[in-house]
Amino acid sequence: MHNSSCTVKETARKILESGQAERLLGWEQDSSGYNHAPAVFKSAGELDRFIYDRFCGSNLSKLLARLREAEGRTAVLLKACDRESFNLLVREHRIDPEQVHRVDIECSGMVDIEKLRNKGIKGIREITESGDELHISTLYGEKRCRSEEVLLEKCLSCPAVSSADAFDAVGQMEERSSLERYEFWKEALSTCIRCNACRNSCPVCTCEQCIFDNPRSGTAGKASADFFEDQHFHLVRVFHAAGRCTDCGECTRVCPQGIPLYLLNRKVIKDINELYGELSLEDKELGKGALTSFSFQDAHPDIIRKRTGDQ
Amino acid sequence: MQRIGVFVCWCGSNIAAAVDIETVVQAMKSEPGVVYSTDYQYMCSEAGQGKLKDAVKEHGLTGIVICACSPRMHEATFRNAAKAAGVNPYMVEIANIREQCSWIHRDRAEATAKAVVLSRTAVAKVNLNTPLTPGTSDVVKRALVIGGGIAGLQSALDIAEAGYQVDIVEKQPTIGGKMAQLDKTFPTLDCAACILTPKMVDAAQHENIRIYTYSEVEQVSGFVGNFSVRIRGKARSVKADICSGCGLCMEKCPSKKAKDEFNMGLNNRRAIYIPFAQAIPNVPVIDREQCIKFKTGKCGLCARVCPADAVDFEQQDSIIEERYGAVVLATGFHTLSLEHYDEYQYARQPDVITSLELERIMNAAGPTGGKLLRPSNGKAPKSVVFVQCVGSRDTTGCGKTYCSKICCMYTAKHAMLIREKYPEVDVSVFYIDVRTPGKNFDEFYRRAVEDYGVRYIKGMVGKVVPEKGRLLVRGSDLLDDSQVALEADLVVLASAVEADASAKGLATLLTASIDTNNFYTEAHPKLKPVESPTAGVYLSGVCQGPKDIPETVAQASAAAVKVVGLLSKDKLLSNPCIARADELLCSGCSNCEHVCPYGAVSYIEQELRIHGRNQIRRIAKVNEAICQGCGACTVVCTSGAMDLRGFSNSQIMAEVDALCR
Repeated sequence: MHNSSCTVKETARKILESGQAERLLGWEQDSSGYNHAPAVFKSAGELDRFIYDRFCGSNLSKLLARLREAEGRTAVLLKACDRESFNLLVREHRIDPEQVHRVDIECSGMVDIEKLRNKGIKGIREITESGDELHISTLYGEKRCRSEEVLLEKCLSCPAVSSADAFDAVGQMEERSSLERYEFWKEALSTCIRCNACRNSCPVCTCEQCIFDNPRSGTAGKASADFFEDQHFHLVRVFHAAGRCTDCGECTRVCPQGIPLYLLNRKVIKDINELYGELSLEDKELGKGALTSFSFQDAHPDIIRKRTGDQ
Repeated sequence: MQRIGVFVCWCGSNIAAAVDIETVVQAMKSEPGVVYSTDYQYMCSEAGQGKLKDAVKEHGLTGIVICACSPRMHEATFRNAAKAAGVNPYMVEIANIREQCSWIHRDRAEATAKAVVLSRTAVAKVNLNTPLTPGTSDVVKRALVIGGGIAGLQSALDIAEAGYQVDIVEKQPTIGGKMAQLDKTFPTLDCAACILTPKMVDAAQHENIRIYTYSEVEQVSGFVGNFSVRIRGKARSVKADICSGCGLCMEKCPSKKAKDEFNMGLNNRRAIYIPFAQAIPNVPVIDREQCIKFKTGKCGLCARVCPADAVDFEQQDSIIEERYGAVVLATGFHTLSLEHYDEYQYARQPDVITSLELERIMNAAGPTGGKLLRPSNGKAPKSVVFVQCVGSRDTTGCGKTYCSKICCMYTAKHAMLIREKYPEVDVSVFYIDVRTPGKNFDEFYRRAVEDYGVRYIKGMVGKVVPEKGRLLVRGSDLLDDSQVALEADLVVLASAVEADASAKGLATLLTASIDTNNFYTEAHPKLKPVESPTAGVYLSGVCQGPKDIPETVAQASAAAVKVVGLLSKDKLLSNPCIARADELLCSGCSNCEHVCPYGAVSYIEQELRIHGRNQIRRIAKVNEAICQGCGACTVVCTSGAMDLRGFSNSQIMAEVDALCR
């Protein structure tokens, strides 16, 4: 990772020095050191604060939509998981690919600082890897742990990092009765504080004005008065993201309450894969999503009747 | 604030018997915006409409709620009455307290409470209604008929005779459909081909008809009066324009293992083939899965012997794009697969056949040259047993719950034909009920029993068992209250009629609805039996439900009349309830453009002043002449920028709020 970190920074420097782009979207060291924030770098001189290590979980593609009106090209660093959301934003015309210098970078999985802390690992100075183990050099000496135990949830289903099946947890959830699922979500969503972090970090959520902020929509609201409103917010968001969500995992990563939002999104992705064919955002010619196109191979709507066995 | 008048209809006793009208009238008086609330026995009558007009004048009404039957019945009536009284027709809302309330509830208190809720929901909506004005759209003077069986042919011929252009799209290599496979037709016993083939020739030669065989509808967009359709013509591998139909290629083709579909797989055909002698067009098609040239690259015998040089192995599918004012669905049926009916041994015993297979065996052009022979050994049978209702009226879940309607008659026909030609053969029929309503139908069945000595046994067959080269048919005789076992050489199963497999996909393409059995749903079961609920889409033949040939032809002509009525108009009044994009909310994602079935949404770059700053944004624009108001765009629009006039998000929210209050 150390090597790759230097390479990425070197790439960034070359782009800015050569003028291939006016600015570069990357990460800068945050004050805690373990949750690096997205940042814009306008010259090679600013790269001192640039960082790329195991704590750069955040997805940069969404920020391109905000930089759309900026003059000149923007370079962006894309990890494998962020590329799909980049494709989505191109498909939905939120990014003009002509205005973007896209740099695909390597990633061997991002670390969840909470998981490290839960293992009692503090004062982290550097993380190196060997095989599926992480070697963590801390103020209190060398620590080791299996990387699967401390990676972000989204990395656990990344084919480059892990062989786990992203839909295992969804499958387990499907096996529960509808009452059990209801109770599960009632509890999980009741902790929501409506901070909107999930929405604000989500690359799907790039509406000019979100319906939850629009006083005329009839659905605007900040704090939730009851469980229905927690449900309402999250389920509406899941349906708005249906056929568009690329499972980049940002919602789950940023949730301060640790709500497993990825389960909702993956359930929809799993259904789409099964009913309408693999969700793919690569098909630029068509430009249509699974839910915005029709083919004779699509499941017939009566699938709903067939699937609601569990009443 | 609107000034709303509420009119509660008794509909004689249809509503008044279950709903306490006075309670509804009084409840509406305290709803926001309501300035007048009253009731009348028949709101749709002249007097009822007069009451409405008087109230508009007297109370200065700006909005009207009619609590009555389904808007499908009288929405137009009340809109016209409102218009006559000087109120915009789109300021009228109907609360359906008949079909959705009084007809389905017995408890008066419950029904009354529900009627109040439905009525106040309509009031909540009218409060947000705005006057709308319809535009007009052009009518393309050409019809599309999907399916080239007797239904499609009859519809096409009638439309063409009225002077309009018609295209027939048929997925098989020839037109003719199922009727072409039949031997004789009931109740007159005339030959099917003798009455069908002249119609096929008429269609082929008609100057107003174009026929696309071996073709399928692939994509449909547009709306009544103006459908855009993409048709894929599958490659025949034979150039239709130069082929003379001499048949040399078929004689020489060395691939002889393909099942002959036209003869229900009872014999084999070549890889290059014409389904039957009177096929139209009389042009062979190469079955690429069977053709040796396509499988191995070697052969090409047909190309070498063809005197016209018409064989073309490189031929590609062709794409035809055409616009149509109306579409007739005539996709027909197939018979239920009996592979899983183990009790009848259909899959295992060659002498257990379906009625359609028997048609081919009895036909002079069929696999046995019209001689009744057992498929197993080619010998003449001495005893034939028919089993009716195989897969029909079946509540076990294996088959269909409905009656296939034609089996009683064709079974009587088969029984009679066999007894007529082979008087020495014993013929028995197992039946649940004999259903023969129809002109000269019961007489026909009586003839089978009384004049031809066919033995009818009321009861079902439990099992067919092979025994010493024959078949033992075990069943029950309910009239005699006994178990019977008949020895048979041939068992004929009347398998259920099933909607064609293509119906489901086409229903989605055309937004025509289908029922649980995949038969197309008519717009009204009694009053609009040949219209689909989608304007401009009509139903012809068995695709709407099982029916015999006379009924099919009658319905096909009825559908044609509807099409002609539509095509005779130059302009159609368009629906003003169409979509509109709020440019400040639009994010330019194109999802509405993708789901729009009419191609009504396009995107433009527009400079907008937002928060005091000029910005160029990509925003959706709805072409009002094309939009049909289906609302698909409003559903995919995550920011709520797309809204439907007359069914706006805020109106629907207000309705939901009123429902939940």
